[in-house]
Amino acid sequence: MIITGEDGVLVQGITGRQGRFWTERMQACGTKVVAGVSPGRGGQRVHDVPVYDSVTEAAVAHDIAASVLFVPPLRARAAVVDAVEAGIGKVVCLAEHIPSHDVMAILAAARAAGTRVLGPNTAGLVVPGESSVGIMPGFAANIFAKGTVGVVSRSGSLGTLVSMDLVTAGYGQSAFIGIGGDPILGTTTREAIAALLGHDGTEAIVVVGEIGGAMEEDAAELIAASRVPTVAFIAGRTAPPHRRMGHAGAIVTAGAGSGESKVAALRAAGATVVDIPSQIGPALASLGVKPTVYEPA
Amino acid sequence: MTDLLEHQGKHLFREAGIAVPRGELVGSPGDAAATAERLGGRVVCKAQVPAGKRGKAGAVQLVTSPAEAHDVAARLLGSEVGGHRVESLLVEEAVAIAAEFYAAILNDPVSKGPLVLLSADGGMDIEEVSATRPERLHKLAVDIGAGLEPGDALGLTRRSALPTEAVDPVAAALTRLYHVYRDTDASLVEVNPLVLTEAGDVVAIDAKVSIDTAATPRQQQTLDALPGVLPAEPGTELEREAARLGLQFIELDGDVGVLANGAGLTMTTLDAVNHFGGRPANFLEIGGDAYTKATPALRLVLSNPNVRSLLVNFCGAFARTDVMTEGVLNAIDELRPEIPIAFTIHGTGEREAIALVRERLGITPHEAMDDAVRAAISAAREGQEVAS
Repeated sequence: MIITGEDGVLVQGITGRQGRFWTERMQACGTKVVAGVSPGRGGQRVHDVPVYDSVTEAAVAHDIAASVLFVPPLRARAAVVDAVEAGIGKVVCLAEHIPSHDVMAILAAARAAGTRVLGPNTAGLVVPGESSVGIMPGFAANIFAKGTVGVVSRSGSLGTLVSMDLVTAGYGQSAFIGIGGDPILGTTTREAIAALLGHDGTEAIVVVGEIGGAMEEDAAELIAASRVPTVAFIAGRTAPPHRRMGHAGAIVTAGAGSGESKVAALRAAGATVVDIPSQIGPALASLGVKPTVYEPA
Repeated sequence: MTDLLEHQGKHLFREAGIAVPRGELVGSPGDAAATAERLGGRVVCKAQVPAGKRGKAGAVQLVTSPAEAHDVAARLLGSEVGGHRVESLLVEEAVAIAAEFYAAILNDPVSKGPLVLLSADGGMDIEEVSATRPERLHKLAVDIGAGLEPGDALGLTRRSALPTEAVDPVAAALTRLYHVYRDTDASLVEVNPLVLTEAGDVVAIDAKVSIDTAATPRQQQTLDALPGVLPAEPGTELEREAARLGLQFIELDGDVGVLANGAGLTMTTLDAVNHFGGRPANFLEIGGDAYTKATPALRLVLSNPNVRSLLVNFCGAFARTDVMTEGVLNAIDELRPEIPIAFTIHGTGEREAIALVRERLGITPHEAMDDAVRAAISAAREGQEVAS
């Protein structure tokens, strides 16, 4: 689930305020935005990108590898299904508060058609120097720089902080994958790590997890098998149990999904687990990962 | 998540054709006695609160006469169960039970679809069954496009070691439960116990239904049509006030007030305060659309009398830090807090945001989050000394 600078990207909801704003930002990061969709607005152009009435029309006219959706939560299901039915291979679903039954329907339709979904409630993904699909500040040189650390994060704001800490410590990223804060996600931590390991240039992994769910535990086996230097931070370890802290996924009940359970699983898999984000850079250094920030072009 | 009360869940069950005991919702000991009389004297009085383990808490009582129902109701009404005040009781006929089962349908993050759970060991703590006798808890992942097919429901009941006469009616009850789950955007529908009566009927003795809050806009009619009043949101008065404002606020027992954006960053900020030996006073994230609510957000944080310092941590991706910072600065102008404030701001709009803080408060945000956290903790300690 990585979208490179070669991949043609469709923006669904391109004529909305957020769609316009982020299309320009994504273009500034090098993302190849080839088309937009906005029902009833076909024929317009947004930041020089042609707009179509439907995904099908856009897919006929352009080579589209991925779609990113700037669509309100209750319209997300229909919009993703449009993309899936048009045969688009990857979908980045940004919206928060999509009803869970819609999320499950989206993922079932995607699975049947072989479409990969990132999200929902994700901030998107970044390949520094190549592309940024979503709402991450891929354009900020103090946050993203080309390098060798693959980052997977549930949260966008925390992912931004960690990415910035990495660059400050001299570590650029091979890619950043935001998987999203919802309890049910198209791409899990394990699947994102697999994508990062298969991506050229990844030499180390940083996992930015959260309490709740079992995705970090589920990823431990792959981390152990990969033998790639891995550092993890789990947010919410000091949170009171039984309280949902913002992210629908971040709730601990009956011992499942607790910080202790995640830390134990990740440590057993050979990962270094740190207590605060500023310890990630030093932890990578002590695992022998070399600082790699290349000079910005 | 909106957790319905038992009698509201049973209302949905009855409409879907799932048998539930005859009963009535009452709000006074007199009505409890009258209902008991009408139902033949032998009834169960059940406190209507959105809490689990009511039986262990003494909030479910079998009585054998109207007079006893009166006494139990007088004791339960107005009492606290699981942190909730008991406002009403469900008085139901006592059912002669031959066997108890467990049935549930929930959203499963692993199969990424609906999951049906069924066990022949009902009436007890299902987490214990799952931990100690996992082979007694049977699961069926459902294709949400097709729904729960009657044949699949039958397959599940057949392999769950139920009494033979229960197999068909339990399968029928499961497909109806699935309709409730599907039609109400439920994240959980749970019946514990689902029973086989001595008369050979399958009856839902309890009902737990949680509705996905994200689906509220399209479930409003269903929610409005429910009998009684929806249970109040859990939490303190301040937390409920925050919920009405569309903010998620959790009161903690420390003295460092925290304002951050994004759930992940906010949790991390609390972790960092704890890591450096401080105690956070709250969880409050004002990311997304909520950043326009800086004034009520700051008012919430400051209304906690234990707060001795304020830590503002913004990290902009989607959210612009300059817009969020301006909102907080306006709120500070309005509320004039007399406690030290430490800022740390990164990401989208950071240059403008840092300039705003310098210009309007005459202080400079900390470059590293850790430094801002340390500063807020030591300011809170000094504040404590002054206060004591």
